[in-house]
Amino acid sequence: MSAAREQILATIRRARGAGDDATFHAAAEQRLQRRPRGTIPARVDRAPAALVDLFVEQARALSATVDRVASAADVPAAVADFLARENLPATLRAAPSPEIEALPWQDRPALTVTYGRSDGQDEVSLTPAFAAVAETGTLMLRSGPGHPTTLNFLPDTHIVVLRASRVVGSYEAGWAWLRDAGAMPRAVNFVSGPSRTADIEQTIQLGAHGPRRLHIVLVEDGDGR
Amino acid sequence: MEATSRTFKDNARRALVEPDLQQALARMKAGFVVNRAAAVARLPEFDALRDEARAIKNHTLAHLDFYLERFEQAVTAQGGHVHWCRTAEEARRTILEICRSVDAKMVTKGKSMIGEEIAINDYLAANGITPVETDLGEYIIQLRHEPPSHIIAPAIHVTKKQVADSFYAAHTNLDAARKLEEPRALVDEARAMLRQRYLDADVGITGANFLIAETGSTVIVTNEGNGDLTQTLPKIHIVTASLEKVVPTLEDASTILRVLARSATGQEFSAYTTFSTGPRRAEDLDGPGQFHVVLLDNGRSALLGTELQDILRCIRCGACMNHCPVYGAVGGHAYGWVYPGPMGAVLTPTLIGVEEASDLPNASTFCGRCEEVCPMRIPLPKLMRHYRERAFDKGLTPPLPRLALALWAFLARRPRLYQALTAIKVRVLGALGRKRGRFHAIPFAGGWTRHRDMPAPEGRTFQRLWDEAGGAR
Repeated sequence: MSAAREQILATIRRARGAGDDATFHAAAEQRLQRRPRGTIPARVDRAPAALVDLFVEQARALSATVDRVASAADVPAAVADFLARENLPATLRAAPSPEIEALPWQDRPALTVTYGRSDGQDEVSLTPAFAAVAETGTLMLRSGPGHPTTLNFLPDTHIVVLRASRVVGSYEAGWAWLRDAGAMPRAVNFVSGPSRTADIEQTIQLGAHGPRRLHIVLVEDGDGR
Repeated sequence: MEATSRTFKDNARRALVEPDLQQALARMKAGFVVNRAAAVARLPEFDALRDEARAIKNHTLAHLDFYLERFEQAVTAQGGHVHWCRTAEEARRTILEICRSVDAKMVTKGKSMIGEEIAINDYLAANGITPVETDLGEYIIQLRHEPPSHIIAPAIHVTKKQVADSFYAAHTNLDAARKLEEPRALVDEARAMLRQRYLDADVGITGANFLIAETGSTVIVTNEGNGDLTQTLPKIHIVTASLEKVVPTLEDASTILRVLARSATGQEFSAYTTFSTGPRRAEDLDGPGQFHVVLLDNGRSALLGTELQDILRCIRCGACMNHCPVYGAVGGHAYGWVYPGPMGAVLTPTLIGVEEASDLPNASTFCGRCEEVCPMRIPLPKLMRHYRERAFDKGLTPPLPRLALALWAFLARRPRLYQALTAIKVRVLGALGRKRGRFHAIPFAGGWTRHRDMPAPEGRTFQRLWDEAGGAR
């Protein structure tokens, strides 16, 4: 196969015509280091609190549901209420992340919480969010030992605990945080509302293969948000 | 798949009188076209983003060798593999070898136009491996043994009644008396049928909307979540991608993503946009153990530096076909191969030869809607015109149009003669047609007047009127 590689690259270089590859590549190398950003829509040009409101508005428009709670201590109650409201079992498969494990689940003893990946038998999952993008109401989920990807896709209902301080305006702001956090994870999942399809006569149906419901518990935390 | 682009005219004639298809095409115009317009209206920056998206791709294509090598380095650094393939055959063999390395029996597939281009399903099946399409539209057409008729809505030509019939025929383990009248019931049944397949599959194959040179990531954009289940659950994830999918950075992909979903379905962002980078990490609890990228050329590198290079900016949104009056009249299957509509009319002759597909670049009214809505500003009419010329040069144009063009060319080079003859023609036609205002039939032009009337001229040519009005004063 390396013959194929050489031939493809040779065809590409021939198309460019004569010239010094090194000089030519310097421009691209420089751009790769600079990572220029394109136009960021003006709709995200607003104060942090208003950005959180925009996120909520956009996420709801995508058929996600959002509960806003005052602090992390209120999350178990909000989750239990949501499950009762939706007639769902009081059993959660949760991401084994410190942020989720630290929540006061003991306040709601009727809730059964287990941690780990999903094998397809779980009805409800609960995960953290790395960030959320207000521009389009999109969650940014990062895979890792504390957040198995199967939790985002296999269960019928996906509950996401999002801290308001993690809401950014644009995807680019999310990327900047991710770069600060270290190497690229195996998967970055941008999730905008529940799974959907319009493959049958162009009528939109939720819950094609992924979750039928996406529920976001938004925790107001810190810096006046 | 066997191309039937040669018989485009017959395909189109049949499609025009197919009631189910015509109904589906009417729905498409009400859906995609209206939704795109609304999404564009909500984003004042849309046109600026289109310019930036075009610039990103032009820059990448100008430095394609650099970015592909960077992409390969980054994938390898994460523990993945890049397989360079010149042809569809090389890509098929590579995929088969990877599947055989784990003795795969079943392969799940996310939607991939490259998968269609290299006809991977038939090849795997012929080699004893069962391919299962998991995108709902792809699953439906797989059951119907059909190719897709649209690049983002593969089963757009199928009615819910036809879907139900396919499900009754295929899902024989279910109660034959069950009701499948509504889309909801059909979606739920497909969801239930495919669930176990994701878990049982040995290998998952997806396409890619982007390859990121900076990080070695591959990106898929979906709404159903099937692509993510396909690539997360099996032991091996194979990504099939053509080489022009590469962009430099995560920021560049973000810019293009802002115009992609809006142009395609009119969504601001698709439900799932996933950046995959290498196999599962040592401490991860899930994810594929192996990550392979099958990088396909299939004639694309030869377009660089030619007037056809612009088509390599295509991001497969489908806006050109959604807005095309010809696609809207005959649907995707008439085009006879994998890619229909205006982008297909350019890509098909490129990939399978102008000899096989010389009718496709002619299947256009040149109204220019495709170029107007293309998020990457690809001059599709110009590229189709290029193929018309190439077909003419190769002598693929039929004798009568050739003769007519030769005659017109002879006259067009002799302005006085041209003006004299057109003046006579206009006067005669004007006199003959004055009463009715139009002609239902004209000798030697039956092919044109069979489907529409020819308006009768006013009696004087444009040039004459121009002179009388004082010309270019």
